[in-house]
Amino acid sequence: MTLDDKHAAIAEAVEARLGERVQRLENTAGELGYAVAPGDLLDCCRILRDTEGLQFEMLMDVCGVDYLSYGRAEWDTASATATGFSRGVLGRDDSPGGGPARGGSAPGGTAAGGSAANGPEAGEPLAETDYQPPSRFAVVYHLLSISNNARLRLKVACEDDKRPIVDSVTGVWASADWFEREAFDLFGILFTGHPDLRRILTDYGFIGHPFRKDFPLIGKAEVRYDPKKGRVVYEPVSIEPRTLVPKAIRDDNRYQPDLSKD
Amino acid sequence: MPEIQNFTMNFGPQHPAAHGVLRLVLEMDGEVIHRADPHVGLLHRATEKLAESKPFNQSIGYMDRLDYVSMMCNEHGYVLAIEKLLGIEPPVRAQYIRVLFDEITRILNHLMWLGAHGLDIGAMTMFLYCFREREDLMDCYEAVSGTRMHATYYRPGGVFRDLPEEMPQYQPADNRSAKELDRMNADRSGSLLDFIDSFAARFPGRIDEYETLLTDNRIWKQRTVNIGVVSPERAMQLGFSGPMLRGSGIVWDLRKMQPYEVYDRMDFDIPVGVNGDCYDRYLVRVEEMRQSNRIIRQCVDWLRDNPGPVVLEDHKIIPPARIEMKDDMESLIHHFKLFTEGYCVPEGEAYAAIEHPKGEFGVYLVSDGANKPYRVKVRAPGFAHLASMNEMVTGHMLADVVAVIGTQDIVFGEIDR
Repeated sequence: MTLDDKHAAIAEAVEARLGERVQRLENTAGELGYAVAPGDLLDCCRILRDTEGLQFEMLMDVCGVDYLSYGRAEWDTASATATGFSRGVLGRDDSPGGGPARGGSAPGGTAAGGSAANGPEAGEPLAETDYQPPSRFAVVYHLLSISNNARLRLKVACEDDKRPIVDSVTGVWASADWFEREAFDLFGILFTGHPDLRRILTDYGFIGHPFRKDFPLIGKAEVRYDPKKGRVVYEPVSIEPRTLVPKAIRDDNRYQPDLSKD
Repeated sequence: MPEIQNFTMNFGPQHPAAHGVLRLVLEMDGEVIHRADPHVGLLHRATEKLAESKPFNQSIGYMDRLDYVSMMCNEHGYVLAIEKLLGIEPPVRAQYIRVLFDEITRILNHLMWLGAHGLDIGAMTMFLYCFREREDLMDCYEAVSGTRMHATYYRPGGVFRDLPEEMPQYQPADNRSAKELDRMNADRSGSLLDFIDSFAARFPGRIDEYETLLTDNRIWKQRTVNIGVVSPERAMQLGFSGPMLRGSGIVWDLRKMQPYEVYDRMDFDIPVGVNGDCYDRYLVRVEEMRQSNRIIRQCVDWLRDNPGPVVLEDHKIIPPARIEMKDDMESLIHHFKLFTEGYCVPEGEAYAAIEHPKGEFGVYLVSDGANKPYRVKVRAPGFAHLASMNEMVTGHMLADVVAVIGTQDIVFGEIDR
């Protein structure tokens, strides 16, 4: 889907003003988006907000994304086995044997089921997705211009996978405050210049960043009231993780425009 | 000379005026607030992470539980995002049904807000009045989806089923006389559309009743006029949306500005405030209920005259009818695949925003081509509103905190997610 006229004009203005500093993101839903380098973020945001003809005076959303297992199905087997689909989820990122970091170390080959079930080996490229994430973490900003009735997406890839850092845009849009706290809390992305970067959604004293793809869905700690101690105690989780429906990626020629044309 | 110092007060998380589980740490000088620090997250259920572990359709029900007083609108945002990625558009009748139920939901939400806000700042009767009308609308939810609150009614590609031809009726019971039963079932002899129509006919009169109680009420005005004033510039900076933005005088409504479904065919007005205080936001929301009622009547008229499919025929996304499944192999395969694995959504990302009763409810969806979303981000309007709490209450009295919480229309299901 292509952009409508209004957004095409906005795109022209953005590219004229920012030029090399932004790269247009491919989008199938007809939305306008740009990738920005972390160093250019603050400057670009100010320009987007203050330039006549752009006037993105509102920041609607800030969202962290963890691309750790992007494009990787849980259902990669060469041959069928008798062990049920649990074979399809062995060697996942949250398995006890430690997981494959993106393009990093290979999984420990946890159990029976064959190496094909254990996710990609070291150095193996990611699945063939159109979008190749440049780094593990990204921050996505959704801007809204009330004057022009237009929307724009900005995407910043954090350079360091171990310690993702991005400049805070709280000085440009005050609404970024809580959204950045949320991205910090859930993904561990640090925002330099944020006035009060505390956890926001998780419990007091929570350890870890729960929305990272290597954080198990069932969590790591459970809470119960201990009548002997007379207080609430934290313990490691006692339940086993399980996958109800494995993640599957199917090739579908309806969504490949060059194929469906023939 | 006695030493004077600020003291810190803990408000909530179990306080009836906190609208759920809000913990506010207030730094106070006597009765005046110096700083308010809301602690949220007590209702955090990681809805977004749960949605990442399930096929797309299985998360529709989670969306109901985000903002649990405007259920179908949440579903709408999520379903629209999926439809954007799939590149499909539901049949027109489904779009009208969605608009109809979005507006029913808006009234439901605003009634809950009006009742609770009134109760918080001293108008006990409002709560009872509002719940009287909410009851009828809940019955509409039940008639169409089987549940009174968490409907899971919208689907990518349409809605679950068509509107019922018969409205469920009250049954005889020991504690009900025949005369009373007739009175209760008076509106329920026809279809759901007849029931909604009779509701829409009497509802403007009911709004007049609320307004008689509040609009010119001296106490109501003392509690709301000039409380929590937000300038238009500041409202934009703070990411306000919906009635909070319109209360500050900015003409912005996604239904008009970026119309989705069939809102561009509807005739309605956008109420806008002047002063940006709690009273203006009250007036805006009350007027919105009247406008919603107008939209409902237009939808009912159209839906009466135009029968048709309410969901796409594409069995790669929508399961076939159960009858077909029984004697058609192809349908059986479709059914099996859809209910075990679900459908795969093409790779890409989309942000779908709707005019939720509370403001802009957006869903940002990243798909890597799998049968589960790779990332779902719910942009909850209340989250941005509550973030401005400190700014809105600083310099006000403790009692005004309650008025500001009320005017922000806080619901923790969506803020904590």
